[in-house]
Amino acid sequence: MSRASVRDRSRAFALVAPLVLFLALFFVWPLWTMVTASVVDDAVTKVLPRTAVAMADWDGSDLPPPAVHGALAEDLRTAQDQQALGEAVRRLNSAVSGFRTLLTRTVTAAREAPDPAALDFAAVDPRWNEPRFWRAIKEAVPPYTDRNLLAALDLRRDAGGSIVAEEPGAAANRIIMLRTFVIAGSVTLACAAIGLPYAMLAAAAGGVMRALLLLAVLVPLWTSLLVRTAAWFILLQQEGLINRTLGSLGIIDAPLPLIFNRLGVIIAMTHVLLPFMVLPIYSVLIAVPRNLMPAAASLGAGPIRAFWRVLLPLAMPGLMSGCLLVFMVAIGYYITPALVGGANDQMISSVIAFYALGTANWGMAGALGLILLAVTLLLYLVYGRLSRSPQLPGA
Amino acid sequence: MRSVRTFALVGCLSAVVGAWGIIGAEARDLTVVSWGGNYQDAQRKIYFEPFAKQSGKPLLDESWDGGIGVIAAKVKAGVPNWDVVQVESEELALGCADGFYEQLDWDKLGGKDKFLPAAVSDCGVGAIVWSTALSYDADKLKEAPASWADFWDVQKFPGKRGLRRGPKYALEFALMADGVAPADVYKELATPTGVDRAFKKLDALKPHIVWWESGAQPLQLLASGEVVMTSAYNGRISGINKAEGKNFKVVWPGSIYAIDSWVILKDSPNKDAAMDFIAFASAPENQVKLPEYIAYGLPNKEAAGAVPANLQADLPTAPDNLAEAVPLDADFWVDNIEELNKRFNAWLAQ
Amino acid sequence: MGAFIAFQDVTKNFGAVTVVDRLDLQIAKGEFLSLLGPSGSGKTTILMMLAGFERPTSGAILLADKPITHLPPHRRQMGVVFQNYALFPHMTVAENVAFPLEMQRVPRAEITRRVERALDMVRLSPLKDRKPSQLSGGQQQRVALTRALVFEPDVILMDEPLGALDKQLREHMQLEIRDLHRRLGLTIVFVTHDQSEALTMSDRIAVFNAGKVEQIDTPQAVYDRPRTRFVAEFIGETNLVEGKVVEAGAQQAVVRVGETALNVSGEVSPGRDVSLSLRPERIRLGKEPAAANALNVTVADCIYHGDHMRLVLKSGTIELVARAERLAGDWAVGTEAVASFDPQDCTVLAS
Repeated sequence: MSRASVRDRSRAFALVAPLVLFLALFFVWPLWTMVTASVVDDAVTKVLPRTAVAMADWDGSDLPPPAVHGALAEDLRTAQDQQALGEAVRRLNSAVSGFRTLLTRTVTAAREAPDPAALDFAAVDPRWNEPRFWRAIKEAVPPYTDRNLLAALDLRRDAGGSIVAEEPGAAANRIIMLRTFVIAGSVTLACAAIGLPYAMLAAAAGGVMRALLLLAVLVPLWTSLLVRTAAWFILLQQEGLINRTLGSLGIIDAPLPLIFNRLGVIIAMTHVLLPFMVLPIYSVLIAVPRNLMPAAASLGAGPIRAFWRVLLPLAMPGLMSGCLLVFMVAIGYYITPALVGGANDQMISSVIAFYALGTANWGMAGALGLILLAVTLLLYLVYGRLSRSPQLPGA
Repeated sequence: MRSVRTFALVGCLSAVVGAWGIIGAEARDLTVVSWGGNYQDAQRKIYFEPFAKQSGKPLLDESWDGGIGVIAAKVKAGVPNWDVVQVESEELALGCADGFYEQLDWDKLGGKDKFLPAAVSDCGVGAIVWSTALSYDADKLKEAPASWADFWDVQKFPGKRGLRRGPKYALEFALMADGVAPADVYKELATPTGVDRAFKKLDALKPHIVWWESGAQPLQLLASGEVVMTSAYNGRISGINKAEGKNFKVVWPGSIYAIDSWVILKDSPNKDAAMDFIAFASAPENQVKLPEYIAYGLPNKEAAGAVPANLQADLPTAPDNLAEAVPLDADFWVDNIEELNKRFNAWLAQ
Repeated sequence: MGAFIAFQDVTKNFGAVTVVDRLDLQIAKGEFLSLLGPSGSGKTTILMMLAGFERPTSGAILLADKPITHLPPHRRQMGVVFQNYALFPHMTVAENVAFPLEMQRVPRAEITRRVERALDMVRLSPLKDRKPSQLSGGQQQRVALTRALVFEPDVILMDEPLGALDKQLREHMQLEIRDLHRRLGLTIVFVTHDQSEALTMSDRIAVFNAGKVEQIDTPQAVYDRPRTRFVAEFIGETNLVEGKVVEAGAQQAVVRVGETALNVSGEVSPGRDVSLSLRPERIRLGKEPAAANALNVTVADCIYHGDHMRLVLKSGTIELVARAERLAGDWAVGTEAVASFDPQDCTVLAS
């Protein structure tokens, strides 16, 4: 790599350095916490230590022996830390729906029973006659688990312990994850397609014009998400500005479906993320000497070949940083797709948010985050490989 | 030069972050958290500001978008930076079981019998009764839809429909459209065949559904004509009718009502002030002012009785409106939300 | 002389400002023409119009009798050497030089051969795999030159190509470019504001002032017989003397300056007030009275310059600067002397 391109690259990087610092402080560290949360699984053993021991000898095929019943009743009766109990319940309920009401009822019964050891579980709740509830407890005994990571990929362990795919229709994380990358990729391409000429225009323009162009691209960053979304709504809806204009010009007969679909998501996200593309490219282009394009022309290069052989290779470091930034940020979007997208534009972050915020299932949220991180890192490595290649386009 | 500037910027950033941390660590005024928007504006006028004046201490108010994960994170942080939070029924049930909330002092509230039975819990007291219902623009629809069956009838009412994205408030309505009586909805949903039945019914409407996520969206959708009818929060409907002169109507039969409650986060440093605030906001003479601003029902029986008749008609708690409405089954959703959400996403992706 | 390049009544305006004003200019094939003038005189704009980067507001430009006024730059076959070389920073020296050949779709093998030969010619072959940023200023200059030459263009245009080099290197490069011009028979249009550069290298010099040509001539004619006051002052050092024409003939005249009548060269009509230009080194200084064009002067100042001395002479109201060889005698301040010059060395300037 030449010194000049190192300089260009470091210049582009310096521009985004505060952002990187911010990401490290507010994303990497919490993410690490989430990652540990995704594999550590000690909530149940902490609260039910006797049950864990008693279950060691049970093979999990039928109902457990009475000793397990007694141990569970004793554990529940003596459980003091309500928050820890709550965590255990959340963990079990996430494995088998219904555990929450089941355990709440059983705890009350165990505390009120004169002899906990003889508590008749089936009488407290008939669900205790189903082995799957017991099995869920047994499966939650080991302190580390891969069930979150498996579930994040729509996999699970069957009764025999081998990994199997979830039956179709039961989970869609893989589809949503793939969709997330497709949307982020499309947005990155759209940003590049608009951002490169835009940055070239801004770098070529002078004075007030340049300031206006840069301001225009920054405005969406400073606008509230809801205002922005409302604005897109006004523009893109069936009776919106764009459809009405096209209709009155006679270009279209029926309104185009521009909102509540993939197109709407890509338009709205491209709008917001454009600065992340334009600024790095601009910062690189502004450093390109003004006379290179005339020089190329004088040497016989038409405008397209001059762009392809001279301007594009020089803008490449900025374009690459821009693409990387846009892609990374786009992967994490979920409000915009939720507001202007259709049924099949939901992104993986919204699933993560559902687990993290909606059900406090941080293990699952962490596992999804970890998978997302791993795929992103993989893509980054591919990018690094590609961008290090000495072969220039068209060379 | 550039790197100098960058370092300066980074320095400023860390200084701001640092200062923020220091301020955050200091003793904090009573902080009340509600749902934002014009609902919180109304609360500020009738609860927050009068209470601050009466107690002589400042009161901070913030807004949130719900989620037990948020509460859990706050409580597990040690000393929460919120004191009083208005939560939905599931968050009340979950958080109460998990020990995220302080026990309320019911003596200060005047006793449990002063409130609707469903609004009473060890951890929380009802603040409002609100409803999710079928609504439509009466200026645009000649014939009024009367039920979820009409909602599903795209022959009679051509056009798109708005529904909240997620299993909650979609599966229930699907079952009612399929002929399940309002009273049996959750019983049916608790069986695997009932869930299959609901998804199957949703299948039929799927191409016609526009999914919404935030409470303001269904109003936009109705106003723009993007959908002919939608599920919506009743308070928002009467709000926009008043504010923008719309003629949006609510179909009460088959609506699902729920209670939001005030809770105090565990280990709140302002526990006593928080309890006083909840008592203030639950007192009939204060609570009765709410329906003037927003059409939510009142859990305090005395306050509910004192609401003028003209306002009464728009409230979910009006006897006529309540007749065929369904109370939200928080326990059902607490148990099943994860699994059903997973299945819902998979269904959407098909 | 059949003009290879012709500007016909070319005007260029930038907004309300006229940068080039009704230019007529002919350049012969194989000629080295310098466009000389102060900054803002329009010389670079003329070059840019010739290269195709600027369009004339009116008028036409012809190349080999064909109009090229609206031909885009990449179709003009002109090699341009820019002020700061404009090398492509992402390409090696060899790739830079190969660029114009690739644009002409010359076969690979031939490109390699021609690039090697061109780099050999300027002794840059050992550096062919370096990037421009790893070269010295002079090396970069040579790469830029090679790149402009390698595709054998009809014309080479140079926009102050030596401006960024230090004095020694600049002089060396001047000779190198002059040498290339002679060896290859190139047509070169060379923009500069450095008069000595123009005088050293050119076949002809066009002196520009405020968008107009003041004079186009050989270096010698521009120096010895400046037509205007601007040319006389811009190129070299001169004495300007005011006087009145008393007699006029073919290419010569008698001008009265103060009490003295001087024989000068130039085409003027009698009775006019005129300015005369007289180069310092053309003034002869002696103790004896001279036949014609003699002024009795007093040495008012004497400045030592190493290889020569500069004398300030006074004769009544006239003040002249003269150049004296060190061996020509001792000219102490206050010395009385006679200054004289040949009529062909004193030119009447068009006012």
